[in-house]
Amino acid sequence: MSETGRGMPLREALAALRTARRETDVVVSTMGPAREWMAQGPLHPLDFVLVPSAMGHATSLGLGLALARPERRVIVLNGDGSMLMNLGSLVTITAEWPANLIVILCDNGAYEVTGAQPTPGSAAGRTHGDALDWAALARAAGFRSVFRFSTLAGWAAGMTEALDAGGPTFILLTVPAVPGIGGPSSPGPAGQRARQFMKALGDR
Amino acid sequence: MFSGAQVISLLTRLGITHVVTVPDSTVGPWGEVITATPGIRVVRVCREGEAWEVAAGLYLGGARPLVMIQCTGLFESGDALRNVLHDWKLPIPSVIGYRSYLNQDTLPGDTCLTFTEPILRAWKIDYRLITEPAQFDTIAAHLEACAAEGKPGAILIAEGKA
Repeated sequence: MSETGRGMPLREALAALRTARRETDVVVSTMGPAREWMAQGPLHPLDFVLVPSAMGHATSLGLGLALARPERRVIVLNGDGSMLMNLGSLVTITAEWPANLIVILCDNGAYEVTGAQPTPGSAAGRTHGDALDWAALARAAGFRSVFRFSTLAGWAAGMTEALDAGGPTFILLTVPAVPGIGGPSSPGPAGQRARQFMKALGDR
Repeated sequence: MFSGAQVISLLTRLGITHVVTVPDSTVGPWGEVITATPGIRVVRVCREGEAWEVAAGLYLGGARPLVMIQCTGLFESGDALRNVLHDWKLPIPSVIGYRSYLNQDTLPGDTCLTFTEPILRAWKIDYRLITEPAQFDTIAAHLEACAAEGKPGAILIAEGKA
C-alpha cells in the first residue's frame, strides 16, 4: 500500500484530534475515518462507530445527536465520498443550526474502501480536473465556522481554535488516499452497541 | 383527513419530541401545526434518507422522533431505513403518505399503488393502512403496540390527491 501525495496522513491527523477530544464529546465516525479512529486505541464509550452504515449518513446521525444533546459536543468524522452521497445534510444542518455540531471532512478524493477510485468531486474524477472546493461549498450551504487544513503542523496548531469556534462547524482535512487499505470492520453487533452507547450517554 | 388538533393530540399521546420530515400534500400541512406546538420540534430534511438517520441520532440521544414522509420518499430511503431499523435495531415510528390511494385522477396508473405495501412488507415494517377518519384511534394504538414490542411501526395514510 502506498499513499498518494497530498495532505496529511489521516491516522496522524486523528491522533492529534484524540488528544483534544473532551471526555464528554461524542465522536461519530464512518468508513475510512472510522477505520483510522479505531486504530488509535480502545474506543471511548461515547464513540459511535457508524459501521455498518447507510451510504453517506454520518452527518445526519450526528445532527440528530446534536439536537437531542445540546449540552455535548458532537464531532462527526466523515469522508468526502460519503459526504457527496448526502450533500443535502449540510443544508439541513445549517437550517437547524446546532451550535454543538462539528463536521470534520477527511478529503482524500477517492472511494478508498472500494479501491481508491476517484470521486466525482476530486480533480481526477472530473472532466476538467477542477476539484470541488469543499470549504466554499460548506460556506454556501450556510456554515459560518469553516476551517481548512492540509498539513499536520497546521492542523495541530489550529485544531483547538477550530474545535472551539462555535458551530455548526465544518473542518476540512486534506489527506492522502491509501489504495488497497480496505474498509473498517464493525467493532461489534450494531444493536448491542447502540444500547451501550445510549447507556453511556445517559438521560437527557 | 385529520385535524391539526387530532395530530397534536396523537403526537402528545405518543410522547413524540421531534418530527423529522419531508412534506407532501397531506402530511405536509401537519408540519405547520406541529411547528406551532411547544415541546415538539419539526426537523425539515432535504431528502427522506436523511430523515431516518437524523431520527436515529435523536433516538440515540434520548429523544422520541417520528419520521413523516410520503411513500415516494420511502422508496428513496431504503438503505437508510435498513441501516437504522434493522442493523441498529432502533424502533423509529413513521407516518407515510400513500399517494393516489383514494384518487388517481391526477396520476392514472400511479405505481405507488403497486409498490408501497410490498416494499413495507419487504423491509419488515409492521404497518396499518388508514383510509378514513374513523380509524384515527388505530394510529396511536398501533404505534404504541410497536413501541411496547421495541419494533418500528408505520402508519400508511391514504391520500386523495397526487
